[in-house]
Amino acid sequence: MALLTEPDMEALGLTLRLASTVTVLLLLLGMPLAWWLAHTRSRWRRPLAAVVALPLVLPPTVLGFYLLMLLGPNGVVGRTMAALGLAALPFTFKGLVVASMIYSLPFVVQPLHNAFESVGRRPLEVAACLRAGPLDRFFSVALPLAWPGVLTAAVLGFAHTVGEFGVVLMIGGNIPGQTRVLSMRIYDHVQAGEYHQANVLSLCLLVVSFAALLAMSLLRTRRQAHD
Amino acid sequence: MMKRRWLQGLLALGVAWASSSMAAPADEHITVAAAADLHQAMDEVVAAYRHDHPASKVDVVYGSSGNLLTQIEQGAPFEIFFSADSNYPQQLVEHGKAGGTPVPYALGHLVMWSASIDMRGVQVADLAQPRFGRIAIANPQHAPYGKRAEQALRAAGVWDKVQSRLVFGDNIGQTAQFAQSGNAQVGLVAESLVINSPVKGSSAPVPSSLYEPLKQSFVITRRGAANALAKDFASYVQGGQGKAILSRYGFNLPVENAP
Repeated sequence: MALLTEPDMEALGLTLRLASTVTVLLLLLGMPLAWWLAHTRSRWRRPLAAVVALPLVLPPTVLGFYLLMLLGPNGVVGRTMAALGLAALPFTFKGLVVASMIYSLPFVVQPLHNAFESVGRRPLEVAACLRAGPLDRFFSVALPLAWPGVLTAAVLGFAHTVGEFGVVLMIGGNIPGQTRVLSMRIYDHVQAGEYHQANVLSLCLLVVSFAALLAMSLLRTRRQAHD
Repeated sequence: MMKRRWLQGLLALGVAWASSSMAAPADEHITVAAAADLHQAMDEVVAAYRHDHPASKVDVVYGSSGNLLTQIEQGAPFEIFFSADSNYPQQLVEHGKAGGTPVPYALGHLVMWSASIDMRGVQVADLAQPRFGRIAIANPQHAPYGKRAEQALRAAGVWDKVQSRLVFGDNIGQTAQFAQSGNAQVGLVAESLVINSPVKGSSAPVPSSLYEPLKQSFVITRRGAANALAKDFASYVQGGQGKAILSRYGFNLPVENAP
């Protein structure tokens, strides 16, 4: 028997595409957000940090259920999108991207937040004295110093999106090539009693997750050696 | 001193809890695994049964028949398995996990249901028209209604044309939810789930000639074999009251099973 069938490969490819899209978008969105959280003194800082952390404690089914209701044709977002002539999000790849971004948000923002905080103000103040502009300060001083945190954020965001299941089950619709990701495919195999395929695919997920965590830990050790 | 009293209190609570759970012998509690199409109907049957037998406790777990079969084979603590077809109970017998033979109890029906489109008079072949938008069916891989939906769409010659608009619910309950929330414009769902549904919509029957009959059978599991309550509940479902409730949900029963 082939190790991975064509639909299995399709699910694997789709999962990797989803996870990389989500990781890139979350880094772009997460950096300014984490920067703001690390430096602001606004009284909105704590409530916003709590909102960012919400997906950590919310069951994915709660997220999936609200997304299905909000994004559906009777929901606020769904109706607005329809009025703007945009296609509805549930059961689409885009919908999965949006849902996964919410789901994986804390896994990206929290490491970034910690990294920016540990950089501290001093290097930035020094750079300011040398007449570096705000953008220059961020890109030539803060970002290089916070780099391991950025990598951690990327790895965690990626690994978490790869393993996502509950939200996908609720709003995915299990469409081959569009929303049938690896975790869904494993679930289907198990339900159909196809334990061999479930085993092979599960092993793939396990290896990806393990490799991600190992890479992160190695990075951290190297950084400590630098310090 | 204070601490000691706390501990004594905890101990007393523990003993009380243990004895209360021991007060209900295994024979007075069963867990039933039921296909998702039975949701409303089975809830009603259980309520009626509880009314007649206040001392007994019947819990129900719903899911796709394939999933429930897998769970039972892996040792899930279910005493009876009400499947949405007859193959899965038969498999349980073949794998030595059943405590009896499968008994047909209902015949399921597939309907096309929509919250937004007037479905009256719509034929299955019409679903090829793009105006019907997304079509939700249960996963054919492990849900009997999904398998029948695929058969019907193939028999009507539209499977390939609707392919790109299909979404797959995990079981027939989730499929109905996809349609009832309006996220899928049409759902090929169990009649039993929409017949008394509070959600407004319209439906058209899927001719039974287009799919293999959904002859639904239950089987008592090996775990439930010696359980008197399991046997009594099973015969209640087949009895007058059980049948009356099931027929209100559109399950007209196989004639051969008439008393």
